[in-house]
Amino acid sequence: MEKVVTFLLDGEVIQGQEGQSIMQAADEAGKYIPRLCAHKDLTPHGSCRICTVLVNGRPQSACTQPIADGILVESETPKVNQLRTDIIDMLFVEGNHFCMFCEKSGSCELQALAYRFGITAPKYPYQFPQRDVDASHPDIFLDRNRCVLCGRCVRASKEVDGKNVFQFVGRGVEKRIAVNSEQGLKGTDAEVMDKAISVCPVGAILKKRVGYAVPVGRRLYDHQPIGTASEEETTE
Amino acid sequence: MSKPKIATTSLAGCFGCHMSLLDIDERILELAELVEFHKWPINDRKSFSAQCAVGLIEGGCCNEENVEVLRTFRSSCDVLVSVGDCAIMGGIPAMRNMVPLEECLQEAFVDGPTVHNPTGAIPNDVEIPLLLDKVYPCHEVVKIDYYLPGCPPPADTLWEALVALLTNKPISLPYNLIKYD
Ligand code: SF4
Ligand code: SF4
Ligand code: FES
Repeated sequence: MEKVVTFLLDGEVIQGQEGQSIMQAADEAGKYIPRLCAHKDLTPHGSCRICTVLVNGRPQSACTQPIADGILVESETPKVNQLRTDIIDMLFVEGNHFCMFCEKSGSCELQALAYRFGITAPKYPYQFPQRDVDASHPDIFLDRNRCVLCGRCVRASKEVDGKNVFQFVGRGVEKRIAVNSEQGLKGTDAEVMDKAISVCPVGAILKKRVGYAVPVGRRLYDHQPIGTASEEETTE
Repeated sequence: MSKPKIATTSLAGCFGCHMSLLDIDERILELAELVEFHKWPINDRKSFSAQCAVGLIEGGCCNEENVEVLRTFRSSCDVLVSVGDCAIMGGIPAMRNMVPLEECLQEAFVDGPTVHNPTGAIPNDVEIPLLLDKVYPCHEVVKIDYYLPGCPPPADTLWEALVALLTNKPISLPYNLIKYD
């Protein structure tokens, strides 16, 4: 039988199974911890740090940190939410996010996080980096201007689709998402129904010819902050 | 006591944010009761003749004139508000920020497929404000006190914010009124 682990999340007693991450145990208890790179169908990656919580006072990523008996986890505190807000600010300024015409707007997890945290303008200067768009595939766009390097596509392609379409190349500010062909996406075995195509939290990987189908006012996060409803609301 | 004064301007914007302000519908009459519009595109006043309580800035800075106007607004308004995505992050005009300025001008005035320009000259008259290397968000040029995002911000966002400012309350926008599109 699995061992029950008991810990405190923002002062509330939570019980989980041994081996679960803090995020999994919190989700089961109906407590939302903000996240971006984590996805319920993929191996946690621990890269975006939006899910940062304080475990006995030390910052840890809730999606990768296992639960343990008696730990004190802080999540919805001003201090932790400020860390998260700063990361979201950085993600906005280090890419090129023109929400006003982005097909993902209204259903974008990055934008929804910014809304949830009430961000009206990022505190860092805009970088306006040069990033390219790969429109070579007949059914799929890859717009690196909006990529937040969450690695969901990389993991989904390997773990779920059994392919290897996406991969990271470069390091630090040079890091970017690459595809497994010199001809761009069209040279890969990517298909529009692949999991890798639907898991992108932002408008970096989009299906062609379906944009703006949902009217403003009926999109995922038009009325409800991300994390309000059940976990079902994260990308397919 | 005289009514507080407001000033508004459109820098590198499309006037959509001003349209959204007019979209507060009949509340515009209430607003006119609360404030005096000192300098705004509707009265086309060229310069400030009094200090204003609130300045609303639409659009970012794409040329030297925008910078000058923005600086004048900063010194003539107690509270300065960036209204709309262009003021906040450059918006559509900032799409040129990823292309060197020279290439932009070359494409717009010489190489573009629909350009007719036999001399191949790029306009360079002293009357034309010089373009900046990039389009800058207003808060990267002067200090901005509040931000109202949106393209344009919903009329209700503008209304809520103005009423709060004019009644000396903090602006706190509910979830529905912070939008980036
Ligand atoms: S990906 Fe999201 S944050 Fe980026 S432009 Fe699109 S809607 Fe905005
Ligand atoms: S393309 Fe999308 S899923 Fe892939 S790393 Fe970038 S943001 Fe994440
Ligand atoms: S969600 Fe945990 S690090 Fe990204």
